[in-house]
Formats: sequence, structure tokens, C-alpha cells
Amino acid sequence: MSAHDHDHGHDHDHGSELSEMQLRVRALETILTEKGYVDPAALDAIVETYETKIGPRNGARVVAKAWTDPAFKQALLDDASKAIGTLGHVSRVGDHLIAVENTPQRHNMIVCTLCSCYPWEMLGLPPVWYKASPYRSRAVKDPRGVLRDFGVTLPADTEIRVWDSTAETRFLVLPMRPAGTEGWSEAQLAALVTRDSMIGTGFPKTPGAPS
Amino acid sequence: MNGVHDMGGMDGFGKVEPEPNEPPFHEPWEGRVLAMQRAMGYAGGWHIDNSRAAQERLPPAVYLTASYYQRWALAMERNVIERGLAGPDELAAGHALRPGKPLKRKLTPEVIKEGLTRGSFYRQAQAPARFKPGDRVRTRNMHPPTHTRLPRYARARVGTVELVHGCHAFPDAVATDRGDDPQWLYTVVFESRELWGPDADPTVKISIDAFEPYLDPA
Repeated sequence: MSAHDHDHGHDHDHGSELSEMQLRVRALETILTEKGYVDPAALDAIVETYETKIGPRNGARVVAKAWTDPAFKQALLDDASKAIGTLGHVSRVGDHLIAVENTPQRHNMIVCTLCSCYPWEMLGLPPVWYKASPYRSRAVKDPRGVLRDFGVTLPADTEIRVWDSTAETRFLVLPMRPAGTEGWSEAQLAALVTRDSMIGTGFPKTPGAPS
Repeated sequence: MNGVHDMGGMDGFGKVEPEPNEPPFHEPWEGRVLAMQRAMGYAGGWHIDNSRAAQERLPPAVYLTASYYQRWALAMERNVIERGLAGPDELAAGHALRPGKPLKRKLTPEVIKEGLTRGSFYRQAQAPARFKPGDRVRTRNMHPPTHTRLPRYARARVGTVELVHGCHAFPDAVATDRGDDPQWLYTVVFESRELWGPDADPTVKISIDAFEPYLDPA
């Protein structure tokens, strides 16, 4: 259908610049609401949650805790869903989260080649690049080339492990703690943890570097 | 299905281009699409596998040129129509012409936290797991015309079972309305050369999460 197939009235409350997608999505929401399937106030709350509450800070808190608390780190690597459940986290985590640890010998990288599976509860909504064809097509075949696109170079002998999220398991990379952060608090450390470092396409920030 | 969505290993899409300070949504309608998807999932309108399958059935040129949330919206329209939740005439009219069908429940602001928590995909096992960590397995050379989560680049390849994730709802069955058909799920890891040939970078390993019906002993 085209957006112009339907009669959207002539009160011009939405002007003529509305894109086809805006009109089309508005029509869908109107129908689903009138049918009683969705509550627009709940839709507002969902949008607000993803705009303001669920983002990479959630994952950063988990990473910072793992850097400072060896027992938590072990629990996280053993069963991430369970370990994060004990934190009273702002967003509850589903059953199928797995944390994978970067070491000097091994670098982990997460992709979903078939769609865009991503640990939303830890990292928020995925960035456009994660959902786009260049990353999804190349990450499994040329991960070093993809990392170069991010300005990331690893030693030639570092093992790269690419995790293709082909089921409902979700993966969170536990990056290596930056040097020079001895004695830092969890909050200070969390500020160093970037979204990309938890996907495996970047590193945490280093102390003293401009943010 | 062997759709263009199954793009692991394809060439020619260009560089990855991260956007600095990317907002959660680029247009307000994107947020509405995401929210409707979550709300309809909660209501039991369709499963996430139905949503993925509907996107995969978009014409390849549409799939590749539509944005992520455009694909979601187009897939949602398909699911709404195919599941009899609204008619094409209503989508064309832009409003409901008939009452809705009863759904399992409705997402309201009071239960928003519950509605935003991922459901569990664990299911009761019907049989013991066939494989254990360390087992060598060969993925099947299968090309179903319907939804599957075994990517083409990892078919008919030998790998090693690394993790056993328990028994999960089977997307291939759920997407074709055959129920949960619970299956054991494994992380299977492959050497890059097994997937991409002798010139591949030997320091790279790739894993997929594979359901038991995708695997045979190697």
C-alpha cells in the first residue's frame, strides 16, 4: 500500500511534510489501538524507557563490577543472567545472557548475521551499523578488517573469536581492564567502559584520555 | 529460507560506518514501531520468529534498501494481515473497520517492566541431549524454504560443540506455526579455514548457536 491510499482527513494537524513512513506507522498504531491490541500510553512508556533508561551504562556497571570483584566476575562468566540478577539492576535480564572474557590471548566480537540480535538489556538499542549489511556480512569472514573500520588493531597472533548470535542467547563482551586504574572505584571504572568495548569492536577508554 | 537476510560472508557492502553520538531513534515513528512490536509480542499477537520470518520474506531489494525500523514496520503489517488481526482494507483506510480479535493480554503502563523483560525460551526437554562439549559435529546441508537459524555459511561444515544451552523453543517450528518443538541448543565453534577456505586468517574462530536438528555427529 502507499501512504496516500488512505483517507487521513484534511484537518492538517500533521502538515504535508510527513513522510510516507510516518503516515504508514501512524495508521498502524491507530488500527492496533482501535482494535484494543495496544495502549498508546504503554507505547509512550516503552519509547521513554529506551530513550532514557536502558543503554550501555547498564552493561558498563556490570563490567566495572567484574573488574573489581573477582567472585562476581567468576559468577558472571559462569552464568551471566543469574549473576546480573543479583545486582538489582535497573533492567531485569532475560534467561539467556552469556558473558565472554577478553584476554591478552583472545578477543571476542559479537554479531548477528541473520538479523540484529543484541543484548538490549545490557547495551540498549543496537546502533545502526550493528544492524546494517556491512557489519553483518563481514564480521564472520573478515573480523580484522571490520576492526580496522573502527580504528582497532590487534596483535597478529591474538585469537579472534566471533560469536554469531543465531539463537536467543545474547552475548556481552567483558573487556580487559585498562592499565593505570588500580584502586579506582566501580563508578570511575564504569565511565571508561564504552558500548563498542562490550560488543568487541572497541576498547575501554584509557585513564586520562579525552572522553 | 535462502534469503538476502542471510548475509554472513557476503562481499561488497562496503565499510562499517559508525555514527558518533547516535540517538536511540532517528525519527519519532521508529520508536512507535519498536514499541508496537514489543506490545504486540506481549499481547501474543505473534512470536519474534514470526517477525523475523516476515522480514526475511520481504523482496530482497526491499530488504536491502529499507532501514531497520522500516523492515520492522513492513513485517508488522504482514503479520497483522496474515494473522487476521486487521485487514488490508483497514490498513488502506488508516483506521479499524471491524472490532479486534481477543488476544492473550494487553501491555499497559502498569506492567511495563514485565513487558520489557525478555521472555524465557527454555522449554522442557523431550529427550536427552545428543551432544556434549568437545563433540565433533557436522552441520546439515539443509535449505528449507521457510525460516531457519542455520546460516548458509555454516552449513555442511565440521565444528566442535563448546557450550550446551539447554532445551529451547525451536525457531524453525515456531515460525511455521508448528508449536515450540523444543530442541537442545549448542554453541558450535568452527575454524575460519573450515568456513572460508585455506586462505582464511588462522587466528579466527567463528561460532554459531545451533539447534540439535541442524547437527549430525562428525
